[in-house]
Amino acid sequence: MSLLRAAAWVLLKEMRTEWRTRELLTTTVVFVLMVVVLFSFTFDPTREESRRFSPGLLWLSFLFAGSLMLNPSFTREQANDTWQALRLAPVEPFAVLLGKIGANLLFLTLAEWLLLPVFGVLYDVSLLRVLGSLAGVLLLGTLGLCVVGTVFAAISAQARMRELLLPVLLLPALTPVLIAGVEATAGLLEREPRLDWTWVKILAGFDVVFLAASYLTSEYLAEE
Amino acid sequence: MRSPFLLPVAGLALVGAAAYAIFFVAPEEATMGAIQRIFYFHIASGWTAGVAFLLAFAANIAYLAGRAPKWDWLGVASVEVGLAFCTVVLITGPIWAKPVWGIWWTWDARLTSTLVLWLLYVSYLALRSLVEDPRRRAVACAVFGVFAFLDVPLVYFSIRIWRTQHPQPVIAGGEGSGLDPVMWQVTVLTMAALMGVMALLVWQRYRLEALRQQTAELALP
Repeated sequence: MSLLRAAAWVLLKEMRTEWRTRELLTTTVVFVLMVVVLFSFTFDPTREESRRFSPGLLWLSFLFAGSLMLNPSFTREQANDTWQALRLAPVEPFAVLLGKIGANLLFLTLAEWLLLPVFGVLYDVSLLRVLGSLAGVLLLGTLGLCVVGTVFAAISAQARMRELLLPVLLLPALTPVLIAGVEATAGLLEREPRLDWTWVKILAGFDVVFLAASYLTSEYLAEE
Repeated sequence: MRSPFLLPVAGLALVGAAAYAIFFVAPEEATMGAIQRIFYFHIASGWTAGVAFLLAFAANIAYLAGRAPKWDWLGVASVEVGLAFCTVVLITGPIWAKPVWGIWWTWDARLTSTLVLWLLYVSYLALRSLVEDPRRRAVACAVFGVFAFLDVPLVYFSIRIWRTQHPQPVIAGGEGSGLDPVMWQVTVLTMAALMGVMALLVWQRYRLEALRQQTAELALP
């Protein structure tokens, strides 16, 4: 079975599991909603301020959400004793990892898009006019988050205190995504929206470097 | 058999000689005055930490390639020692910055990337302490170490574009830069002393890890 086909099967499996309960997506959406609301209490933003804070707030809440929602990716397999079956499947280990990265990317992107309108309303920023560019920036940043996050979730699944460990491992590593994502989004939310390609290139570079690194290390993650 | 104290004493003497040179041989810097003397330890610690992390990266790759436990031991030894030198950089920096810049800390490119680097390797040690099984721990740490090291240039470039205030390199920074020859010699001496101490500490920590492993294997299940 080809790599992409096998990855698609894993992705389908993840989607089916999620569809049965929908618990990952609902919890993540509610979590980000809480963060977005609580932030406004700590800053009490005026209109001009919220334009300045909102890109950072947006990305930070997505980063927190990602570092929490990626946990079940592997712990759920362990709890259900299905990890063994996935490891023994006659496909490349990278296919399993890629399928999981794809599933996490899909779930987190869905959550982001559900929250964008709420965010636009609560913080009074107009997102509609830059929707295309924003979608691209969000996709690149979320992909980077999911690639590194899924690998680190596989690592932390073997540790004690795994729910706490994943954010500890993940958040400092995502510094480039946070900075580049926030700066690119800030450019889009200015009075005269502009897309700064430097940041887009950094996001894309991050994705490429870590996709390659996860390809090279995937066989070690699948070991017993 | 040679004395086990020989190398540590030699290392200590070298650091003592460097400290003497810093305070009594190196000339006083024209604008900053005496505080500039901290620069010798600051720069040398930074380079030493970098070399230690590079060593850890090489050890991580070697472990993944061959699965010899010794590479895992070298990995943790270099990360711990590198982290110690990185801490020295983060402490001496603000001590220098307060009188010269007037502030302890600023979110400048090098300061921020050094802090993120420090955080990355602290989380490496957190991961290490939380995985029980030695084989799994070695694999998890090696993979994380590779990812962390690859992240460092990305962190540095993204932060550098974001902002910069750190003094430009004086040693090879183009026109107008350049170091007094005596300052140069003192820098090189300090660098040699700290590299020597780093190598010693890594070696000791490596042996400690090896002994720990052996005793763990001897223990009854």
